Amino acid sequence: MTSFLSNGLHLWLIPLLPFAGFLINGLLGRRMPKALVTTVALLAPLAAFGIVLNAGWALCSGQLQVPYIETCPVGWINAGALHIDFSFVLDQLSLVMLLVVTGVGFIIHVYSVGYMNDEDGYARYFSYLNLFLFFMTVLVLAGNALLMFVGWEGVGLASYLLIGFYFQKNSAANAGKKAFIVNRIGDLGFLIGMFLLLANFGTLTFSEIATKLGQDAGWQGGVVTVIAFCLLLGATGKSAQLPLYIWLPDAMEGPTPVSALIHAATMVTAGVYMIARNHVLFDHSPFALGTVAVVGAATALFAATIGLVQNDIKRVLAYSTISQLGYMFLGCGVAAYSAAIFHLMTHAFFKALLFLAAGSVIHAIGGEQDLRKMGGLWKKLPVTFAVTTVGVLAIAGFPPFAGFFSKDAILYAAFAQGGSGRILWFVGLVTALLTSFYMFRLWYLTFLGKPRSEAAHHHHSTPWSMLAPLVILALLSICGGWIGIGPFSAFLAPSVGPRASEAGSAQLELILTGVAVFVAFLGWLIADRLYRQKPEQPAELAAALPGTYNLVANKYYVDEFYGATVVKPLLAGSKYLLGWVVDSAILGGAAWLLAGIATFAGAILQRWQSGNIRSYAAWLAAGAAAVLLFVVVPWSAVLASLSAIHFGVAGH
Amino acid sequence: MNSLLLQDIPLSWYLLLSAALFCLGVVGFLIKRNLITVFMSIELMLNAVNLSFVTFAHEWHAVKGQIFVFFVMMVAAAEAAVGLAIIIAVFRARATLAVDRIDLMKL
Repeated sequence: MTSFLSNGLHLWLIPLLPFAGFLINGLLGRRMPKALVTTVALLAPLAAFGIVLNAGWALCSGQLQVPYIETCPVGWINAGALHIDFSFVLDQLSLVMLLVVTGVGFIIHVYSVGYMNDEDGYARYFSYLNLFLFFMTVLVLAGNALLMFVGWEGVGLASYLLIGFYFQKNSAANAGKKAFIVNRIGDLGFLIGMFLLLANFGTLTFSEIATKLGQDAGWQGGVVTVIAFCLLLGATGKSAQLPLYIWLPDAMEGPTPVSALIHAATMVTAGVYMIARNHVLFDHSPFALGTVAVVGAATALFAATIGLVQNDIKRVLAYSTISQLGYMFLGCGVAAYSAAIFHLMTHAFFKALLFLAAGSVIHAIGGEQDLRKMGGLWKKLPVTFAVTTVGVLAIAGFPPFAGFFSKDAILYAAFAQGGSGRILWFVGLVTALLTSFYMFRLWYLTFLGKPRSEAAHHHHSTPWSMLAPLVILALLSICGGWIGIGPFSAFLAPSVGPRASEAGSAQLELILTGVAVFVAFLGWLIADRLYRQKPEQPAELAAALPGTYNLVANKYYVDEFYGATVVKPLLAGSKYLLGWVVDSAILGGAAWLLAGIATFAGAILQRWQSGNIRSYAAWLAAGAAAVLLFVVVPWSAVLASLSAIHFGVAGH
Repeated sequence: MNSLLLQDIPLSWYLLLSAALFCLGVVGFLIKRNLITVFMSIELMLNAVNLSFVTFAHEWHAVKGQIFVFFVMMVAAAEAAVGLAIIIAVFRARATLAVDRIDLMKL
């Protein structure tokens, strides 16, 4: 236990520096010169990244007792037996996550300087971005579920603010609301999970929960399953899994760097991180763990099929993100947490790269996002073309790019589990095929062929502040996986447990790897045939299978289904029952009644206020006379005599 | 001789006279329009009260009531001086002394 102020790693500065950046740019940014805004916005994540590097060095060099905990000297909640502190925990898991969040975060901040240069609300944008980093680092560093929840809600807020950054646009404002409201459903699960944790374990500190679970073998299934399901609901909301994934495609209304940072690389992976952080709970409930795997595999396949036919470049990437998050859930679900975190890390690299490259394309051709209106851009945007190629190869799973190692690790873990794991592996494999296909489709449609619109002919030059991040991320997408799953899971083992059962052999691993690479290659071949050799064939295929095509192109009508079953009834209930009956009739009626009584009484009483001095004097005199009458007349005697008469009459 | 006469008149007569004067003052205050008459009605009420003061002082052989009357007369004199000055000022400003028409603070 180390206090905040003692000589230590100063973990508390990691969230607080971006928060200071948020305050400065949020409060004063409009009056500051642009260069100063940029400096503040970039220094905050850079300094945080530096502290993380320092902490990482201390951890890796073995000087540190892991987990390293910093606690604020002032407690947070002290109620009876309940003690909750502001405590930040550094272990292998949070270190990996922090490196991704602050490192990729900083790179995307740099990119944003170029991307947002001409936009209004430059300072507002960067203050939100810093606010996001504050909450995200709180989420990652939190030593207990409640502090994590604070970060969890906070990143939701930052996400809402940034999706709705162009709030004058109706669709952006609606997308922000949709993200926030859908996340609320998940947050409800997280909250109830926390209540159940408190009720059953009396603590929210992750390490204490793990200890208590380990002490008693009776914690198996039952209430642990319920808690795990509640947390899983929270994770599906934040990480855009079935059935709560619907907000993420709409979240692409935000600026593209935001999509890269929040809706691809970091925030959406918070659900995976949360499951890994609470892995002991899931380990004690095989049923819940199995559900995580099924949800992940189903989401991966489902989102990948939708991604096949999307025409908006950012939406293709959005569905691909959902699909890749499904892989991570699949990894968690087969208890290969280190593989899931590995994929989280490599995915942060190559998906941030792909989004930023897409942003570069959109920026260059004047805001056009429709794949059908691009084409032939490789000559005009050579750097963007090169890095996108790297990103596509990485996500499709070609060796030696980063995605190959992590995706392979997850698929192998699923297969090695045996039984139903083989089905999950097969689903993952099909998804890999689809992923490879739709990524190469995007690649062909954007960069190859002939320009298909005026916009694709004209283009603006791309500033270095946008190109440098692309190159760095491209390098990371190439090298990010070279550490290999073996050393990586050995490193993470103290946090998330050792690598899952080694049922398979090296030979099996090699075969599975071969199959995965073959499938990725197959996806490329199909895309090549459809979008390069015979560009007229996709339309023919769509025409040949109109039912299937429409079903997928309309995203399986899930939005419409939710609209009809959830949104419409809720809206109708709000409008008619709550709006008309409760609000207008009952509350409004009561208010009108009170106002009416007051108006009526006032109309009568105002006659006293005639403004005539003598009438006031007359009332004064009348009042004095009444008081006199009350004092002088012996009322008790009068009453006594009156009642005597009354009873006297009655008596006869 | 005086004391004889006073002793012959019962207390209630004095009080009735005082009450009658007071009521005259009240009614005058309420119904008269001329500011000076209203002012005189107030003086009348004060003196009606003075009368009951001295009556009780005499009845109970207590000097306090008579001292009180001096205070009241003194205050009434000061009030008359200030009040008449105000009345003159009002008349100069409004050219009327009808209380109904000088019910606004602003000119």
